[in-house]
Formats: sequence, structure tokens, C-alpha cells
Amino acid sequence: MSQGKTPGLGRDDPVLEVDGLSKRYGERAALRKVSLTVGRGELLAVLGPNGAGKTTLLSILAGITKPDGGRISRSNGRIGWVPQQAGLYRRLTVDENLRLFARMEETGDVEGTVERMLEQTGLADRRGDQVSSLSGGNQQRINIAIGLLGDPSVLLLDEPSSGLDPSQRIRLWEFVAGLSEAGTAVVYSTHQIEEASHYGDRLVVLADGETIFDGSFEELRRAAGPGPEDGSADPENDFVRFLRERGH
Amino acid sequence: MRWLLLKDLQLLRRSPLVTGLLVVYPIVLAVLIGLAISRSPEKPRVAFLNQIPQSSGLSLGDTGGFSQEEARHRLCANIECVSASSRGEVVEKVKDGDVLGGLILPADFLSKLQAELTTNSAESAKVEVLVNEDDPLKAQVVDDRISSLLNQANLLLSDKITDVAVNYERLLANGGEFEIPFLGQTVHVLGLERSERILRALEGSLPPAQRSQVAQVSDFARLARQNLALANQLLSSIRQPIAVDKQVVAGSVPPLDTFAVAVAAAVTLLFVTVLLVSGSLALEREENTFTRLTRGLVSRTGLLVEKSLLGTAAALVVTLLLLIAITPFESISWSRIYLIVPAILLAGAASSGLGLAIGAAAREVRASALLAFALALPVAFLSLVPSGTVGKGLLDVIHVIAGAFPFRPALDALSGAMSASGPDLGLPFLHLALLTVGYLALARLALRRFA
Repeated sequence: MSQGKTPGLGRDDPVLEVDGLSKRYGERAALRKVSLTVGRGELLAVLGPNGAGKTTLLSILAGITKPDGGRISRSNGRIGWVPQQAGLYRRLTVDENLRLFARMEETGDVEGTVERMLEQTGLADRRGDQVSSLSGGNQQRINIAIGLLGDPSVLLLDEPSSGLDPSQRIRLWEFVAGLSEAGTAVVYSTHQIEEASHYGDRLVVLADGETIFDGSFEELRRAAGPGPEDGSADPENDFVRFLRERGH
Repeated sequence: MRWLLLKDLQLLRRSPLVTGLLVVYPIVLAVLIGLAISRSPEKPRVAFLNQIPQSSGLSLGDTGGFSQEEARHRLCANIECVSASSRGEVVEKVKDGDVLGGLILPADFLSKLQAELTTNSAESAKVEVLVNEDDPLKAQVVDDRISSLLNQANLLLSDKITDVAVNYERLLANGGEFEIPFLGQTVHVLGLERSERILRALEGSLPPAQRSQVAQVSDFARLARQNLALANQLLSSIRQPIAVDKQVVAGSVPPLDTFAVAVAAAVTLLFVTVLLVSGSLALEREENTFTRLTRGLVSRTGLLVEKSLLGTAAALVVTLLLLIAITPFESISWSRIYLIVPAILLAGAASSGLGLAIGAAAREVRASALLAFALALPVAFLSLVPSGTVGKGLLDVIHVIAGAFPFRPALDALSGAMSASGPDLGLPFLHLALLTVGYLALARLALRRFA
């Protein structure tokens, strides 16, 4: 996905650095000394089975949950956050939602920002429609657009494609890819390896709260070892094999 | 079917707050309301102090009268007499709401009543009645009870006095011995029957030797006139031999109409505000916007304050509209708007606080609406139970419950603001302010598990 990006984007220009993040819920350790770096315009997929700690990591990065230990440093700029369930007022129209959050984000030019977001999401013709009347995919676009209102340098997406049909997913990832190409670092959680392999510059795999992999999909494949004898490439099989070999 | 039932039970078990409220709250309220209803009208509790000397009684000529024991027995057959040893104790019991009212028989009550019944004394025998008029409903109850008791006592006396009057009538008709009250003198009354016989005997001839008999007739005529005059006095005193000296030892009430308007306004304000605010807060969670908002756009306390302001503004608008709509039918003292508006604002703030606590605890719009109704409706009803109509222990429980919710202080504030004769505003204003702060703190605490 990084072929079309502006030169100079990537890990060499970090916008977010995480070092040794830990979080416990009672006896259960949700995160154990997780570290990662995100570069400008990078698309980072946080991958892992259910309960691996993906949502906890994103919540901490978003400032919703306080970590028990560790350090987060970021370059100038805000962190945008997009919850898994669209956080929108369904009785308000598309532009009313955008306008409300733009005002609360204290963006300088509220109307200009709303217009830009409507254009970016491709929903200008639906601006007067109540959010409840939009499809799940379009609601998710508005959801992401609100996360972008503060013009963040890093955008966090918590399982953004869950509940979307294949065509909606493709449109969503095209939209996200556009953001990345424009220089916004995107960190998203998913448990779908195929999605991560297609739309991620880099993958961080969490299991039981620990980072067990940080690299590209090709590196993950190699780490997973040889696949079936017929040589068929199936990212899902590769990922499961990788997890099993590490006892997960 | 049974698996569905099991599933529903499991869901209920996992919602301990809602389940607990659904079960415990109606039971507690049903017990309280049941006790209140079952205890209310039959025998009102009245503190009773008898200051009349033990030996005194009421004498009504030949037909007898009343001993104190008999009078007390008859009185306490209709009310629950709570004996008191001093006026101070009566005042205390009335102020506490332990009794509906206090009844004091002054030391000179019987002597004044005796004088009123047997002479033409202008001074009425008065009983002293002490009342605590918490609200006009209670004032109405107390007035009804006093009137009822007074009517019963007066009826009892009128029965006795009627007997006296009948005896006088018989004496006038038949003649006989008559003892003059208090003087101890006995006079012989000739009677109309014998007078007629004498006059018949004298018919046709009136020789001088029989002048003394004619003189007797003249004397009888004079005595008859006097007796009839006495009977007239008696009959006039039958109407109201006992007067009441009513004293309000606590409470101040607005006119009943104003109170009714205040009740309507308080109920409307409470329901509108609580439903609006609780639903609005719960909606933030249902729409998944709470986390988005509190992530840095607004603090949790800031969000609560915003909802509180929304509820208070809604309370002001709705209540003022209600009062304007009522104005053609009931006179509203708009000259007191400078008190009405602060009363509405404070009542709105406290009701908003309650709504926030409900919304934060329920976390779902429908659950919050259910909870708001389940709490507000019975509490409004309980808040109107007058003191003295239930036992002191039960009343204390009702006061604690009612005091924990904004309806009663809102009602006091509104009725006090709308009428100069209403309750003082200081206490309800302070009460509402404290409730606002308390509920906001509770809501803030509940928000910790809200997202």
C-alpha cells in the first residue's frame, strides 16, 4: 500500500512512540510491556486473536484508558480516535454531526472543515440525511471523518471494518489509504489477517498482551515457516500457523 | 419456552440494580403506602391535655351532667388520645408531626361552660387546639377533624340540655319543685295544669276572700315567664356552647388553590426534567458518543453540568408555560416572579441532578425512563402524606425518603414563592441546592462505570 505515498513517510519520521506499556484488569494482564513506533503516513495493523489486548492498546493510545506503566511520546499533532461502534448522533444529520464535533474540536474554520470532510467521505450529497438512514459503511465513514476533524497526525481505528459487507470494506480501506498517502499515520486493530496483509504497511501481532511480532506481512510469512506442500498462499493459514508455533 | 425463561432470569440476575429496584422498591413503597392508607382516616392521633381540676364536673340541673371521666371516655372513643402532661409536651408532639393536633382543656373550661349554660354569661368556654399546618391539605384535614370533634361535643351537650329543657317544660305544665341552680333554693312551681284548675274554680265569681289564690296565679305567670326566658337562653347556647381557640404552632400554608397550582407545577417540573436529563445522558452512551466526547472534548463533570443546565432551562420553560396556561383559571401572583423564577431554577437543578444520577446508573434510555417513573411517581405521592395521619416512626421513614428527592422541597419552594402565606423559602432553597450537589456527586461517581 505504500507505493503511492509521499517520499519520506514511514518509520524514519516517527509520530508516535510507545515504550513498555502495561495494563492489568484485576488479576489479568491485558498488556505486558508493549513497545512500538509509528511513522508519518504509516499504516500499522495491530493484529491478534480475541482478548489479545488490541482494544486496550488503542484505548491507551487514545487517552481513554490509563496505563499502569510505560511511556507514550508523540510528535506535534493530535491523536484522532475512531471507536469500533460509530459514535454519532443518529437523529442528527451528517453535516450537523460534523459541525458539532468540528466546533467541539475548535477547528478554526468550522464550515470549511465540514465541507472538506463531506468531500473526503464522498457524502456531500447525503449531508442533510439523518445518520440513522445511512448504511453501516457510510456511518463508518462519518465516524472516521469525525476522528479526523482535529487534523490529527495519528488516527486510531478500532476494528473499523467489522460489520461491513465486502464492497463497503473495500471503499473504507480506499478511504483510509488516501489518508495515509496524505501523511496521516493510521493505527488500526483487526483480527483479519487478510485485511492486515492487504492494507497494512506493517503488522504488530499481540497475543496475551505481549508483542510477538513486529514487521511486514512477508516477514510474518517467513517467520511462520513453510506452508502446505502445494504452495498455495493463504494469509490466514500462515497467521494461524505462526500463532500455533508460538503456543497461542 | 423454559430456556427462554431461564435466559430472561439470567439477564435479570446480571442487572442487579434494575432487578433490585423492580423488586425491593415497589415492596417498600407498597408497605409505606399501605400503612399510610390503613392508618389515616379512622382515629386521628391527638395530643390531649386536661388542665381541669380532678373534682370538677359539669352540672346541668336535675338531669345530671358530665363527669370528667365520662367526657374523656366519649372524646377518646372518636380520636386516639395521646396523653400529655404539659402544654410544652403538646406543642412538641404537634411540631414533630407525631399527632395531627393538640387539644387542651383549660382549667376554667368547665366553670365557663357552666356559666354559659346556666346564666347569660357572654364569655364562651374555649378549648385550645394546636395544629401544625405543614401544607393546605393537612390544614384541611385538621380543620375537618376539629369541626367534627366540636360538633360531636356540642351535640352531646345539646342532648343533655334538651333533657333539661324538657324537664322545664314538664315543670311548667305539671308543676312541682324546682331547685335554682347555684343558689340552692327550692321553689314550688304551680304548673299550668293546676293554674287552669284554679282559674276554672274562680270562674263566675271572684270574691275578695280568694284574692290570695289569684295572687298565686299571678306569681306563677311571672315565674313561667322567667323559666321560659331561661329556656330560650339555653336553647340559644345549644348551637355552639364550646368555642375553639385554634393556634398554629408550626407551618404556614398558602391558599389551597395556590397549593394545588404548586403541586401541578412541581409534578410537571419533576417529571419533565428527570425524564429529559436521564434520557439525554443515557443516550450519550447508547449512541457511543460518551467516550468520544469525554476523550478530551469535554470533561465528565462538564458533560454533567451541561445536561444539568439543559434540564434546568427546560424546567423553567415548561413550568412558566404551565403557570401561564393556568392563569386564566387560577390567579397567579406574577408580582412574585422574582421568587418564582429562582424557585423553578433550583427545583429544576435538583430534578436535573436526580435525572443525571438515574441516567448514569441506568445507562440505557428505556431503563432510565422506567427508573425515573418508578422513583418520581411514588415519591411525589409519599411527599403529600400529611404528618399526624400516620405513626411517628412511619412518618420519619416517609420524611427521610421524601427528603432524599426533590419533589417536596420543590413543592415548598414553589408554594412559598407563589404565596406570601406559604412556607419560608430559605430552607427549601437550601434543601434543593444540597440535593443538586449530592446528586451531581452521585452521578459523577456512577459515570466511572458508564462507558
